[in-house]
Amino acid sequence: MAKLSVAVSAKDHRQGDKSAPCTLVEYGDYQCPSCGQAYPIVKRLQKHFGKRLSFVFRNFPLTQLHPYAEPAAETAEFAGSHEKFWQMHDLLYENQNRLDDDLLVELTQELQLASAQLLKALETKEFEPRVRADFSGGVRSGVNGTPTFFINGQRHDGAYDFASLVEAIDLVLE
Amino acid sequence: MTAILNAGAKAPDFSLSVNPDQKLTLSELRGKPVILAFYPADWSPVCGDQMALYNEILPEFQKYGAELVGISVDGAWCHAAYAKDHNLHFPLAADFEPKGAIARAYGVYREKEGFCERALFVIDKDGVIRWSYCSPILVNPGADGILQALDELEK
Repeated sequence: MAKLSVAVSAKDHRQGDKSAPCTLVEYGDYQCPSCGQAYPIVKRLQKHFGKRLSFVFRNFPLTQLHPYAEPAAETAEFAGSHEKFWQMHDLLYENQNRLDDDLLVELTQELQLASAQLLKALETKEFEPRVRADFSGGVRSGVNGTPTFFINGQRHDGAYDFASLVEAIDLVLE
Repeated sequence: MTAILNAGAKAPDFSLSVNPDQKLTLSELRGKPVILAFYPADWSPVCGDQMALYNEILPEFQKYGAELVGISVDGAWCHAAYAKDHNLHFPLAADFEPKGAIARAYGVYREKEGFCERALFVIDKDGVIRWSYCSPILVNPGADGILQALDELEK
């Protein structure tokens, strides 16, 4: 069974408390429709488990399939450098059906960040190393498509509908 | 079915079409490591698609100087359309005629279904299998095992 090779750390984007008994890590791609479907499911899981669950998102853009996956990931990291990672993460998934270059600018403005700064960051690939580091760590951990979930470090090979994930998380909470 | 070939076995040679007018011969890749990835069929669902994933990871494989070859029983025209659609940057070999002969030689053919297992082989520069793995058919094995095997080759 594949295991998370890069431990969750302060460098990660995390929601919830680091002492939570269960940590769910998602490797995701902002343009991947399956990740788009998983997005509200993760929200439901967070509501369902409350303080018992913390959630970490790492980038795994499939750039050869999804032309906007990489710039979207870098845009979320850009927002993250202004403490707005999760707002951007959520907006990207909520507007996934119209993801393109213009949307990245629009969402940046919506979060009251400077779009000129974003465009410069994309052009100079400022956040590419961060995204690549997530990707490489994911590959080493056995990420096998998007989304791939790890529950307390173990790859979740089952379905990722709400009920299946609840069941898998309940197992580690027992 | 015969058992999957294990580390230490010589990798059975083959010469298969990788597109309608080009063949690939395994022994011609001697001198560098080869990753041979058997998979059941082209056109499986996209986001969890094993070949699309390996396409994305290709630069990591290339750091080891390794060649990646995908192989399934699909024909050369099918492979060509699939590779084009998925923007694949590595060859797909057609184990098409006689169907599944190479998969059989590696011990990874599923007689009942008529396609091969989801099986991985890392072959060293001398043509010897150094690592093999057969994944449950519905589970994309990812690439962590391949990278570990490539690490071992360099030791």
